[in-house]
Amino acid sequence: MSTLSERILGGMAGAFVDREVDRAYAHDGTGVLTLEAWHAMGTNKIAFPERVYILFDHIAPPNNSTTAALQAELRKFAHSMDLHFCDVGGGICHQVMGERYALPGEIIVGADSHTCTLGAFGAFATGVGATDMAAIWVSGSSWFRVPETIGIHLNGNLNTPAEAKDLALTYVGLLGMDGATYQALEFVGDGVADLSMDSRQTVSNLAVETGAKTGLFYADHVTLRYLAESGLKPAVQEPEECRYRREIDIDLENIEPVVAVPPRVDTVKPASDLYGLPLDQVFIGTCTNGRYDDLRRLAEILRGKKVRVRTVVAPASRDVLLRAVGTGVIADIVQAGCVLLPPGCGPCLGAHMGVIGEGEVCLSTANRNFKNRMGVGGEIYLCSVATAAASALAGELAGLEE
Amino acid sequence: MHIEGKAVCLGEDIDTDMIIAGRYLRTKDRNLWATHVFEDLDPGLARSLEGAVIMAGKNFGCGSSREQAPVALKEAGVQAVIAPTFARIFFRNSINVGLPVVEAACECVDGEDVTVDPDGGKVHIGDRSYPIHPLSPRMLEILRAGGLVAYWRDHK
Repeated sequence: MSTLSERILGGMAGAFVDREVDRAYAHDGTGVLTLEAWHAMGTNKIAFPERVYILFDHIAPPNNSTTAALQAELRKFAHSMDLHFCDVGGGICHQVMGERYALPGEIIVGADSHTCTLGAFGAFATGVGATDMAAIWVSGSSWFRVPETIGIHLNGNLNTPAEAKDLALTYVGLLGMDGATYQALEFVGDGVADLSMDSRQTVSNLAVETGAKTGLFYADHVTLRYLAESGLKPAVQEPEECRYRREIDIDLENIEPVVAVPPRVDTVKPASDLYGLPLDQVFIGTCTNGRYDDLRRLAEILRGKKVRVRTVVAPASRDVLLRAVGTGVIADIVQAGCVLLPPGCGPCLGAHMGVIGEGEVCLSTANRNFKNRMGVGGEIYLCSVATAAASALAGELAGLEE
Repeated sequence: MHIEGKAVCLGEDIDTDMIIAGRYLRTKDRNLWATHVFEDLDPGLARSLEGAVIMAGKNFGCGSSREQAPVALKEAGVQAVIAPTFARIFFRNSINVGLPVVEAACECVDGEDVTVDPDGGKVHIGDRSYPIHPLSPRMLEILRAGGLVAYWRDHK
């Protein structure tokens, strides 16, 4: 009787195991250091090129000639070694891996902390550093400590305007920034069935903000329907009786719109406590909230109205962008006065395209509000798409209720 | 493996953006990272890390997977980081780049002499000693080799 992590890694919690990985990906930020470490290992070998992915998303397209040169080196390498390669404009690495490749039961490593997003597919997906990734390129495998698991039981259904992001911030607030360090989260219970794959990825995405290795959902009919669109037909994963280190119950009916107050992701307050907070920028996007469901929701709220504060929107991937173009969602967003960015991470990490200035406040749908992250002296409040959209229209932090 | 240095005490939940800000990542210049380490926490700190042992609060290194964080600390002259708990990617990255990280709950003030032996089981500060949570045998091997690159070369 195992947790999903134990089942996938093939060992009991606490055990150290060596495992081949099914997919290993890096982006333009971490890929550069990975390549450097790989060269330093004195090798010219990649064990399984067909399992290795390089995706450009962090500064995409490049913001200066240094970045462009670093990306050129990595691009050339990816082509020369016959790796999967996704150039600028393709989208955020986690999103693209979820759209095309990730499968239930796989072991997936990414050189980015938000690799835990793919736990939404029932994969053991976790972030590693660049040198670990280089060793994985060489050997095709890595060591893992099978984590203990915190079971998060979701009951009932979310009530509008609460969204998956509000659920995610709520559990981060409950667990705290280190409440799941060295452990995995599993989301189970009757409330899971009504969460779309887009919503589940939002929920899994924030697992690392509690210190967790990954945040898992068991693959069910929702997962299978999503994967069937790509012609993939994996089996359902049935939960077993298992031993959780800790269990938490969350009634989805009780989830309300919340905001994470800087500089901590776990300082979570009802959004209504902060109504009227002046804003300088609203940002909708990222691996947390840049998917189609998110853009559609944004468009529904903005349609026929105008934003009163600068609002930047970054679709998570080209597929998301194309779909949103096709359904008129993008037209609604642009007509409302938003600035549309190319698919990618956008200004989340403060590198380009929406960096904030000294004393400015950004309301963001991203996953981190650390001090200075989006610009020196700026502050980041984290929220759902609905709260971001309502606030963009109000020009200050606001909710949808009125 | 015997490590010693002067204590530099820091708070809890120091994230990787605090250790090295995102605006300094797009380079391979390790010296640049060392120069700007902890800039957003305390701009003067980078210059006082040569020979230091960082004594941090819980959850040190939370946030991103950026390996520039432990590299910056190592390049700045940090001998080891000691904290009650670490964020796991930072912890693993540190071992991989040859920066000793030790899980121990210690009481300490700036400037105290700290010695630690990651295989040995104790942190010594003045006449006080604190137990450490041992590294796994694999992590110790990697650390003894000087990091995962050297470990991999040795095992080729």
